[in-house]
Formats: sequence, C-alpha cells, structure tokens
Amino acid sequence: MSKVGWLRLVVIVGAVGALEVACRAGWINHRVVIPPSEMADALVQLLISGKFNEQIARSFGLVIAAIIIAVVAGFIVGVIIHALPRVRQALDPFFATYYAVPIFIFYPVMIPIFGLSVIPILLMGVLTAIVAMIISTLNGLDRVPRVLTKVARVHRMGRISTALRLKLPAAAPHLFTGVKLAVSYGFIGVIASEFILAPAGLGRVISDAYSDFDNRSMYALMLLLVVVATLANTLLHLFDQRWAERRGAGKS
Amino acid sequence: MTATRRAFDTVIILAIVLAAWQGLHQWVGSTALPAPMPTLAYLAKLVPTERFAESAWATLVTFFWALLLSYGLGLLLGVWMGIHRLSGAVGEPILISLYTLPKVTLYPVVLLIFGLTLPGRVTFGAMHGVLPVALLTMNSIRNIPPVYVKAARTLHLSHRQTISTVLFPAAFPEIVSGLRIGFTLTLLGVLLAEMFASKAGLGALIINAMQLLQNQEMIAVAIVLFLFAAAANAVLLWMEHRLHRRV
Repeated sequence: MSKVGWLRLVVIVGAVGALEVACRAGWINHRVVIPPSEMADALVQLLISGKFNEQIARSFGLVIAAIIIAVVAGFIVGVIIHALPRVRQALDPFFATYYAVPIFIFYPVMIPIFGLSVIPILLMGVLTAIVAMIISTLNGLDRVPRVLTKVARVHRMGRISTALRLKLPAAAPHLFTGVKLAVSYGFIGVIASEFILAPAGLGRVISDAYSDFDNRSMYALMLLLVVVATLANTLLHLFDQRWAERRGAGKS
Repeated sequence: MTATRRAFDTVIILAIVLAAWQGLHQWVGSTALPAPMPTLAYLAKLVPTERFAESAWATLVTFFWALLLSYGLGLLLGVWMGIHRLSGAVGEPILISLYTLPKVTLYPVVLLIFGLTLPGRVTFGAMHGVLPVALLTMNSIRNIPPVYVKAARTLHLSHRQTISTVLFPAAFPEIVSGLRIGFTLTLLGVLLAEMFASKAGLGALIINAMQLLQNQEMIAVAIVLFLFAAAANAVLLWMEHRLHRRV
C-alpha cells in the first residue's frame, strides 16, 4: 500500500480508537454512544441470533430492486429523451432542479395513494435514483464521438448494431457513473423512507430501537448499514478504476 | 424565439403534470389524492395563516444556522485539503465515502447527543451540506493551473495579493457550484430532521398532516417547499453560469 494509503488507515483507525477510548474512559456517556467494539460485538450477535435477519433482507432486497429498476428504466428513458431533442430541451430545467428539491417531502403524499406497503418505499428509492441515471445516459450519449457514427455508416451497420456495438461502449463510462450514483441514491431513498414511516425494514427497526433506548441494537444495525453502503461504493469505485486503467491501456 | 418556444414547452410539461395529477385523483379517489385545483386553492389560503408562518420561520431559522455551519466548516476543510496536498490525498476518499452514506441512519445518534433541540436539527442539516462544499472547494483549488501561481510569482505579488487577485478568482466559480449543492443538501437534511423528530418546522407540519390524514395540507406544504428549493436553485445556477462565463 502507498504512503497515502497507510496514512489514511492510520487516520481511520485513530478516529475509531479515539472513540473507543473516549467511551471506555467515560468521557462519552454510555447512553449516548457505545464503544465501537461493543457495536461490532452486538452486530455479530444480532446476525447470529437472526432476530432481524428478515428485516435486513427486506431492506437490502428493496434497495437492490430499486437500483435495478432505476438503472434499467433510467437508461431506457434516457435513450428515448435523447432521441427527442425538443422534449429534452423542455425537460432540462426539471432535471436541473430535480436534486435541488428534497423529494422526501412527497413520500407522505404517496402513502395514502399506495397504502403503507413496500410500494411507496420502492417508488421513493426508484425516484431518487432514476434521474441520476437518466442524466448520465444523456451525458453519455452526448459524448459519443461523431466519428463513430461515420464509421458505422461506412461499414453500413444497421441502427441496432450501431447502438449496441459502437454507441453503448462509447457511452459506457458515463453510464457507469449513473449506476454509481443510482446505488448511493437507492440506499438513501429506501432507508430514509423506512425511517420516516414504514411497516417494517431496517430503517424502521433502527428508529424503533432508538425509541426503546435499545442502543446496542441501534448501533449494531447502523454499523451494518454503514459497512454495507461503504463496501458497495468501494467495490464500484475499484471496478471503475480498473476499467479506466484498462481503457487507458487499450488506447495506447 | 427559441426562448419563447422553450417557455411554451415548459408550460406544456407543467400542464401534463397537472393533468396526470387530475387523472391519478380520479383513479385513486379524493381521500387518497385530492384534486389539483382545490389543493392549489387551499395552498393560497394556507400560506397567509399564522400557523404556516410559524412553521416556515422555524424551518428558515434552522436552515440558516445549518447553512452557516455547512459553508463555514466545508470551506475551511476544502481550503485546507486543497492547499495541503497530502491531507487532500488522505482525506478525499474518506470524505467521498461519507458523502455516499445514507446519513439518515445516523440521525438517532445526533438525537441522543442533542435531544429534540434546534442544535440537533442544525447539526443534522450541516452533516449533509459540509461534504459537497468541502469536496468541490478542494477540487477548485487543486484545479488552478500552476501557471497562474507562477505568473503571480513573476509579478512579485505578495502572499495576500496572490490569494485575493489570483487564487480566489480562479477557484470561485467552482466553489459556487459546491455552495449550490451544499444549499440543496442542507435543506434536505433539515427537512428530514424535522420529518423524523420535531414539533416545529415545515417537515413536522407535513408529518402532522399525514397523521391527521389532511392530504391537502400535506401536498400544499410540499408544493411550497418544492417552489422554494427550485427558486433558490435557479438563482444559484444563474450566478454560477454568469461566473463561469466571466472566466
């Protein structure tokens, strides 16, 4: 690992260690924050006991479903909008403001419409993630070099094979940016909705544990979420880097 | 001509949204989703009331302090990490992974520390806003072409002159982008905090309306927040475009 990598590890370990020491020494009240080692211990025990496994599976299942729907639908919508310049121009101001508006204020509106079920939660996850995917798709298709379409014409390729064999690979890096954004937005959309109001799920369980002063469960589940979200993002980031390197190597 | 056409297209989309709302209303019934026109009429009646003004004021005060904290801390962190390369290299991935974290999960921790108080909501709002401000400020400083610094040295500018006449103007447009995103996310954080646990503010008003099944009020408040966020974003975007063009 590089020097910077080591330093980063030192910073992270130092921060966690400082928290541990502060909790153990009683500088931080046990009722406010429990030591990180205890969080990890509580998480392991929770997972072994299987007490919340159903809720955990439900939430992560919803997150994954929301991400997949957002990525697929966002890509399709992006392609359609890209083909219709006038619609795109009209929609541009909406895309520019979309993430400026806290969309969660519409979550309570959905509950009476769809009932207190998984549908409004899934919808919130999809809605927060899909526009990032649409915008990335539009960006990606914009940046397909002109010369590629000319190449396709020279080779008398059909529309579909042009799209699949030239445009898609050329736009792929931007599409992947969209996927990365969709993953983090999907997490936020689903978990935040569960937090506000939901019949079940990880967000609901954490908020219940908070109300019951059950700090061990609360911190254990928070740790789980933080670890899973960080892991997902790190994996995507690493994949992105590898891919960029390979592209760079292929060019030269 | 293109401007009027674009405005026309935007109006058409608004009309489609209203029509879709009306259609959904017909389909699910008025208890689930009230019709658009009565809701807009309700909105016009709700906004001048004292109850609404009180909540809006509470949200604005919270938002103001949260924004101040986001901007202050974010700029400080960003400038430090931009100038000191090593801290930037060490800290950037940490900040990015914190940025992608669903911070709502951490709200109970904030609540345990501060209780149901204004500082708690301010902290939670700032938690959302600090990171984009810091990250974009850092990038803006890093992206200053080295030739600018060399030019400043050739001209024998003092340290302070270099910062105020070269570095700051060069980094400013991108810093403004960071401030815009910070604005947005801080607002999101403040509203989430109010929705989850608070008795004051517009977020609490929405949740209250939801529990009392007052859908008109819920939608009316959501529309007000939507308009506020969209208008603020438009102003900041406009500033950003002007700055970018100037450079």
